[in-house]
Amino acid sequence: MYRYDEFDHDFVRARVSEFTDQVDRRLAGEITEDQFRPLRLMNGVYLQLHAYMLRIAIPYGTLNSRQLRMLAHIARTYDKGYGHFTTRQNLQFHWPALSDVPAILKDLASVEMHCIQTSGNCIRNVTADHFAGAAADEFADPRPYAEILRQWSSLHPEFSYLPRKFKIAVTGANRDRAAIQTHDIGLHLKKNERGELGFSVYVGGGLGRTPMVAKKIRDFLPEQDLLSYTTAILRVYNLYGRRDNKYKARIKILVHETGAEEFARQVEAEWADLKNTELTLPRSDIEAIQAYFAPPELPARPEGDETIKLARLDSRDFSEWLDQNVITHRHPDYAALTISLKGIGETPGDVSDGQMDAIADLAERYAFDEIRVSHEQNLILPHVARADLRAIYDRLVEIGLATANSNLITDIISCPGLDYCALANARSISVAQDISRRFASLERQRDIGELKLKISGCINACGHHHVGHIGILGVEKKGAELYQVTLGGSGDENTSVGEIIGRGFGPGEITDAIETIVETYLVVRRDESEKFLDTYRRVGQAPFKEALYGSEAKAA
Amino acid sequence: MKVLTANRLTDGEAIWYSDVNGWQETLQGAALAADKAGEERLDSIGKAAFATNFALDVDVIDVQLVDEKIVPLRLRERIRAAGPTNRTDHGKQARAA
Ligand code: SF4
Repeated sequence: MYRYDEFDHDFVRARVSEFTDQVDRRLAGEITEDQFRPLRLMNGVYLQLHAYMLRIAIPYGTLNSRQLRMLAHIARTYDKGYGHFTTRQNLQFHWPALSDVPAILKDLASVEMHCIQTSGNCIRNVTADHFAGAAADEFADPRPYAEILRQWSSLHPEFSYLPRKFKIAVTGANRDRAAIQTHDIGLHLKKNERGELGFSVYVGGGLGRTPMVAKKIRDFLPEQDLLSYTTAILRVYNLYGRRDNKYKARIKILVHETGAEEFARQVEAEWADLKNTELTLPRSDIEAIQAYFAPPELPARPEGDETIKLARLDSRDFSEWLDQNVITHRHPDYAALTISLKGIGETPGDVSDGQMDAIADLAERYAFDEIRVSHEQNLILPHVARADLRAIYDRLVEIGLATANSNLITDIISCPGLDYCALANARSISVAQDISRRFASLERQRDIGELKLKISGCINACGHHHVGHIGILGVEKKGAELYQVTLGGSGDENTSVGEIIGRGFGPGEITDAIETIVETYLVVRRDESEKFLDTYRRVGQAPFKEALYGSEAKAA
Repeated sequence: MKVLTANRLTDGEAIWYSDVNGWQETLQGAALAADKAGEERLDSIGKAAFATNFALDVDVIDVQLVDEKIVPLRLRERIRAAGPTNRTDHGKQARAA
């Protein structure tokens, strides 16, 4: 993974001391909240319902064991012994004192981490496929490009005060696991017919109040033009993006109102002046960054097949976990595995300090020191020998993280919602917990098959509900929580925005409603091989409406 | 009826204003305002706490008395007063026992 050079170290250290001074002055009453607020947000410090919240950037979701141990240390020392992984591949602490934040940032800097650009109208943490460098279906590792974008966008003077926040995602595989079409810019790394690397460029995707699927504005952008073309997009946005209305300020609105074709034309015109300037990436620079992400040497471990065969016979639980949470690696002796942070009835994305330490140990011992955070709020060990899977599984059982539910209905994405978030209208974690308990049976979950359920506690959609196969949005109606259900959303290479099925459900009704939807699917699916999403796309809303609202639906 | 609430600057802790204790970490015992004048008084205490950099997110919120206990009308405020419902070992509720 990328290692800081002297410049990076100095840069982050300077930022820590600058913010330490700002916090000191704030605590001494020398600066007001109005002056301080933008400064703290630039350093990832929010104020929530019960306390401050600190959001730590995890670039493209890649961590090493030293960093994860430091996060465990911070959780233990300054917080309440846990952290919360988010849908942006970041980590949030929900209880730090402002007076402790400088010490936390110093600790983070010692392991090459920071909180810069985790808030504000700037280019946020660049996200990427969590199986990058490991997946069998990958053209090339997207992370070097994400790192190039990270370096270019860090404190970029021209793009530090954009009309609104700006999110970029990169994937390098056919299957889009990074939800690139829901980002301000989505980059799909691929090869052209001459075998050269480049990107399909998507622009103007986003969730929130006005969900939009990104439009492809370029089919193949040569890799050396990544920064010049991205700069061109940002310039057009910076110039024409609306600053008068927060709700219309994202690039998705500009692309929508301008029209994708005209927007692309404007970008090309801007690019004409930028192309072949100092923004062009020399191959040697790309290679220098790629070297940091060189795949680990994976020694042959052919004993894996036999070990797994025996382990499967020995333990049905292991066998089920293997089927559910382990995916094919590009090296036949290896696998990539998902550590589910979605234990039945637990808070999605939460992990304790002890669990973080234990995962760091596992990564160091078995996984070439690499850990990934997925936007689905799970952790990934991207390179493990198949022969070691049983040992890893046994340890995960001991630390309570062996839930075999990857991509099943209890693998729920949920934002913090009204239990923590100051912007929330309704709780989301409690809904996730209820649904998880209702569908606790693994047999039942596996019968249902792949089903992505996503919950947000307000229209900001941090829980990605719009692209859930089943999406749940919490709203406040007459002082009470109400949950609106959408069906048919998807955040992969065939991105779609879910459709509202009908009137919402109260907190005591929502789990029943979800069960009704699932039971309806089980009845109307062609056979077991037809997934929920495919069934919904084939049959539409009608049977689900009928099951949920009965005669009411017919009358409407 | 209304009470005055905020978050403390140094640690973000949710706090309420009491005539007896000043700013305190629990809702029960907070000063109640039953009329416009009372509300205005709380409002000015809140503004002063913000101006002197003691508190932020200052708000006067609606509550009712149920069995002599102060209960906020909005769930948001009930959660602030108790703590997150997914972790009853955290927040004020964890101290109650
Ligand atoms: S979706 Fe709304 S409630 Fe959930 S974390 Fe985002 S802002 Fe908060």
